[in-house]
Amino acid sequence: MSTPRPQQTEASAPAPAPADGPTHDNPGGLAPVPVRPAGFGDALRSEWTKIRSVRSTLWTLGVMLIVVVGIGLLTAWGLNDSAWVGMPLLAPGLFGIMLGQVCVLTLGVLVISSEYGTGMIRATFTACPRRSRVLTAKAVVFFLLSFVATAVACTVTALVNWWVLGDQKVPPFLRGEAAGRFEDSVKDGRLIATTGEWLGATVGPALYVALLGLLALAVGALLRHSAGAVTTMLGVVLMPLLLALFMQSASLKPVQEKLIEYSALNALASFYRIPMSDGSGNGWDMLGILAAVTAVVLGGAYALIAKRDV
Amino acid sequence: MIELEELTKRFGDTLAVDRLTFVVRPGVVTGFLGPNGAGKSTTMRMMLGLDRPTSGDVRIDGRPYAELRDPLKSVGALLDARSWHGGRSAYNHLLCLAQSNGLPRQRVAEVLETVGLGAVAAKRAKGFSLGMGQRLGIASALLGDPRILLFDEPVNGLDPEGIHWIRHLMQKLAAEGRTVFVSSHLMSEMALTAEHLIVIGQGRLLADTSMAAFIAGNSRSFVQLRSPDHERLREVLRDAGVTAVVTADGSFRVDAGDPAKLGELAAEHRIVLHELTGRQASLEEAFMQLTAGSVEYHAHDAGAEPPPGPEVFAPDPATGRRPPAWGEDWRRRRGNDTEGV
Repeated sequence: MSTPRPQQTEASAPAPAPADGPTHDNPGGLAPVPVRPAGFGDALRSEWTKIRSVRSTLWTLGVMLIVVVGIGLLTAWGLNDSAWVGMPLLAPGLFGIMLGQVCVLTLGVLVISSEYGTGMIRATFTACPRRSRVLTAKAVVFFLLSFVATAVACTVTALVNWWVLGDQKVPPFLRGEAAGRFEDSVKDGRLIATTGEWLGATVGPALYVALLGLLALAVGALLRHSAGAVTTMLGVVLMPLLLALFMQSASLKPVQEKLIEYSALNALASFYRIPMSDGSGNGWDMLGILAAVTAVVLGGAYALIAKRDV
Repeated sequence: MIELEELTKRFGDTLAVDRLTFVVRPGVVTGFLGPNGAGKSTTMRMMLGLDRPTSGDVRIDGRPYAELRDPLKSVGALLDARSWHGGRSAYNHLLCLAQSNGLPRQRVAEVLETVGLGAVAAKRAKGFSLGMGQRLGIASALLGDPRILLFDEPVNGLDPEGIHWIRHLMQKLAAEGRTVFVSSHLMSEMALTAEHLIVIGQGRLLADTSMAAFIAGNSRSFVQLRSPDHERLREVLRDAGVTAVVTADGSFRVDAGDPAKLGELAAEHRIVLHELTGRQASLEEAFMQLTAGSVEYHAHDAGAEPPPGPEVFAPDPATGRRPPAWGEDWRRRRGNDTEGV
């Protein structure tokens, strides 16, 4: 009861307080804050600060780089000195990215679900009540970062394969017509990589994995729960192939084929020109399908994020 | 200025906020008081656009929160629950919030110094104590130098020095002409800070009044008497038909008594008094009195048994029953709904 009340004489003056005494007695005594409406660029800057200032980003992308490049080095080392195993030059890169993509999925989920898990989302939406802007900024920042990281990992792996395996001799009976769909990949009896193969071993999988990560981000926004969303995404990536494995009866053959053809892992394999089913293209068609699926799920996330209480 | 109009929030079958209508004005600290579960936090979340009202609306300086062009410069909020990522440093937490509103980077360092977290700015917030976390929340509220400040239970977890600091901070902010809206479940805390008071219980508005008027209207006065001639005073009081209670320290307590009349009564009978004091029941009691009917979570059935009180010696001559314990009759009145608050 002894606390003195401040006098209300200057109630209409929100002027900066005089800078006296210890700093914590001077909350309003601040340099005037420039008033400028916040825009999308501000949201992007904010999300960039967020993604680079948590350890999970470093961990997931770091592990992804190590896994992709490490497995790339090991396979190149293993395949060196052996006869051609019938794979395109850059195809060994597939094995690393198949594992490495899990890290990108995890990061995609965490970018949004960790905000719900920690309560940060309340600060975020208070600072930026336009929730769709937040989601867009997150999606852009995450997509670009994971695309760049994945592209670097894939390109390094492709270069390693090209460097180590590039002069592998192709047996004469597999040259020319006999090489079948690898016809373009053999020149003067040696294995080469076409432009399409280079793109399919670098930009293609990087786009696909980053897009898969974006789908994971949308799922994270819908489920708002890290473990649930990561599990869902692992199911989306792995289940079609696992289910197909158990569909050995003749009557299920068409279903099995479709499951394999449209599985995410087959999409990656198609980019590296070693698809798991005969009907597969070169991966870019699968990228279009994934983009459509991601757009739909992301649309759902936009609709729900605007409505839900946080 | 914050204006609420028929603001209502329903969670399933529970009516968390029930047609709240009030205005929070600039220039004073407005206390927002209610027992646990009264709907304070939900109301504040609706003010910030975090929860969508079931019906009614709330406007910040005339517009809904979502339409504010510069949210952090308009409203700064300290929420009751943790609202930061523990893996991020205090500096980066504030930086990303500042950037989202286009605030200059040096503001972050300034508010960190203001709340006294300058030394741990680079530390991850995971390791922060409750009080440090509270200071981080206050720092984010101050970030945009806002015209309106919302503090949800700001003294939670603060040490006495911190409590003292936040009280002065809020009063200072209000004196600068800002709107300061502070929730609490502690009346005693509000009495030291707030000039205006809004009390809710079970989501409904119970009072919207100045602190002075609330105290005058809701607290009960009583007179404390002490005499070396204890037994004679007891008889005199009983003969005069005055209901008195012996308190733990051996003095008499007369509810709603008039000190002058009691003094004259003692003088008439030539009883020496060592103490004759007119007193007001504590604000905490006044608050409990107001909200008793609307407490969401009772530790026990509050209406059934009077609290173990002091010895009562003057039975009501008409009924032969002991006089009601403090606040008991009030609860009964509320139960019958015969008297509004």
